Amino acid sequence: MAETLIALDRISKHYVRGKEKIEVLHELSLGIEQGDFLALMGPSGSGKTTLLNLIGGLDQPSAGTITVSGQRIDTLSGGRLAQWRARNVGFVFQFYNLLPVLTAAQNVELPLLLTNLSKSERARRVQIALTVVGLEDRAKHKPSELSGGQAQRVAIARALVADPTLLVCDEPTGDLDRKTADEVLGLLQTLNREHGKTLIMVTHDPRAAEYARHQLHMDKGRLIEAGAQA
Amino acid sequence: MKFFPLLWATLWRRKPRTIFTMLSIVVAFLLFGLLQAVNVAFSQGVEMSGADRLITHGKYSFTEILPYGHYQQIRSVPGVDKVSHATWFGGRYQSEANFFPIMPIDQDTYYDVYPEFVVADDQVAAFKRERTSCIVGRGLMEKFGWKIGDTIPIQATIWPKKGGSNAWEFQLVGVMDARDETMKGQENFMVFRWDYFDEARAFGQGTVGWYNVKVANPADAETVGRSIDKLFANSPKETLTETDKAFNAAFLKQFGDIQFLIASIIGASFFSLIIITGNTMMQSVRERVPELAVLKTIGFRDGGVLALVLAESALLCLIAAVIGVLLSTFASGFLKPFLPGLEVNANVWMLALGAALGLALLVGAIPSLRAMRLNIVNALSGH
Repeated sequence: MAETLIALDRISKHYVRGKEKIEVLHELSLGIEQGDFLALMGPSGSGKTTLLNLIGGLDQPSAGTITVSGQRIDTLSGGRLAQWRARNVGFVFQFYNLLPVLTAAQNVELPLLLTNLSKSERARRVQIALTVVGLEDRAKHKPSELSGGQAQRVAIARALVADPTLLVCDEPTGDLDRKTADEVLGLLQTLNREHGKTLIMVTHDPRAAEYARHQLHMDKGRLIEAGAQA
Repeated sequence: MKFFPLLWATLWRRKPRTIFTMLSIVVAFLLFGLLQAVNVAFSQGVEMSGADRLITHGKYSFTEILPYGHYQQIRSVPGVDKVSHATWFGGRYQSEANFFPIMPIDQDTYYDVYPEFVVADDQVAAFKRERTSCIVGRGLMEKFGWKIGDTIPIQATIWPKKGGSNAWEFQLVGVMDARDETMKGQENFMVFRWDYFDEARAFGQGTVGWYNVKVANPADAETVGRSIDKLFANSPKETLTETDKAFNAAFLKQFGDIQFLIASIIGASFFSLIIITGNTMMQSVRERVPELAVLKTIGFRDGGVLALVLAESALLCLIAAVIGVLLSTFASGFLKPFLPGLEVNANVWMLALGAALGLALLVGAIPSLRAMRLNIVNALSGH
């Protein structure tokens, strides 16, 4: 049995808007194993992106604990959490969120700027990451010169380059056509199956969710159903 | 250095905006460099003033003329080593634009009191021999293409000749150089003989503008000055004796408070610059909110994001400031013949770079704080 990588224990998250308290997650507990590929599904406002943000260390829970690789991340300060994200998490967004002024290679290099690696070592790792996503020949292209699928693959390379334990993907195919989406999902699946990366993906798309090993459905801040697939 | 490509690319995110903002900074620093160079030119004389020299002039104004009779009395004051005198002549060469200081002086003592100006011995001898002779600074000689032996016509603005003519003529017998390279440009004035001036002028015979007093011991300068003034207390022509430096500074105030004027102009241009550049930086950060959020997402700390925005502001201001001051350096080279001593020196460069960094901090402070405080979740979701 695989080791539990992420453990969420009775986490709640609420926001205060004016005098109104909006509860987004309600005492949610969840364990995610090392090497899992989990699809989080649910209607808009169900709390799946909030849950993803908490797991990725972008936000802190209002209550409960989050443990990743044995380390409590819900108690980390802002600076420590940033450091933890840099070492442990790669992020993939729906709209790629590449810096338009940088080339593909420079975008991929961004997480490595926070390390002490030499310039040549950074270049080597960027080259490897771009090769993994099949874009080694697009290194000098700016995002505006890439197709949507290529831009998303650059974003995946950026998420991979620092060799994080966990990849967090928020609607990674939401802006892509079916064929390109399948290519990107296939790539994510390869990263999970062949490179052992743990992936958590938020998606509305049932076909995208089929690429995952497990699916979790959420509604109104609660997990309502879990399913495993081959 | 590893962040430089990111900074550089971000700086040129909107090329036209960056170029126009840079141009406004370049112009401000061109002005800054030139005005500081003017300041250098005006203050050089003050800075170079001799510590062992005093100037004795009219108590109520240095434009007040003094009797020549004071000369011997001042010489007799204990502690006085040498005494000379000079008078402000005014005057123009050919046109109003060709203004330079012209002074009738005592040909026998002037260069003893002002050893920082060097004239060849044979030329000094000719000056002492020829009553209508004059000596000019080398810069003036080169500027106007004069040669030894030329007759230089000067149009008087204060002192007409007997008979009412303002046309004076002097034979050029010598050229003055500054002994020290750092004083170059200070020699650009004309001197002619006071005895000829006193004889030929329409009025004011037997008077001089001020006395130049060299003291035997610089430490006694203050005591000697007080003794001189005491000598003429309660006389119709009371005196005020002050150091060469104080006199030169007061003399420059004739032209207005140069430093105040310069500070005012620079202040006004920098004020508008802060608004223009500050607005550019604010806009730049506002439209990059999602990108800054991505940087924070992948692990850039709050302080790191703050430093990136401040560094971008510093890069923008420093590049433009260096271009501006370089342009002012070239421009001051062209303008030097018109204003001797005009120089963009190391101090001006240091001031400019300091001002550029100060400007960068001012205009970058608010946008960088905003970037630092950015909430990742809100920024990524477009709130």
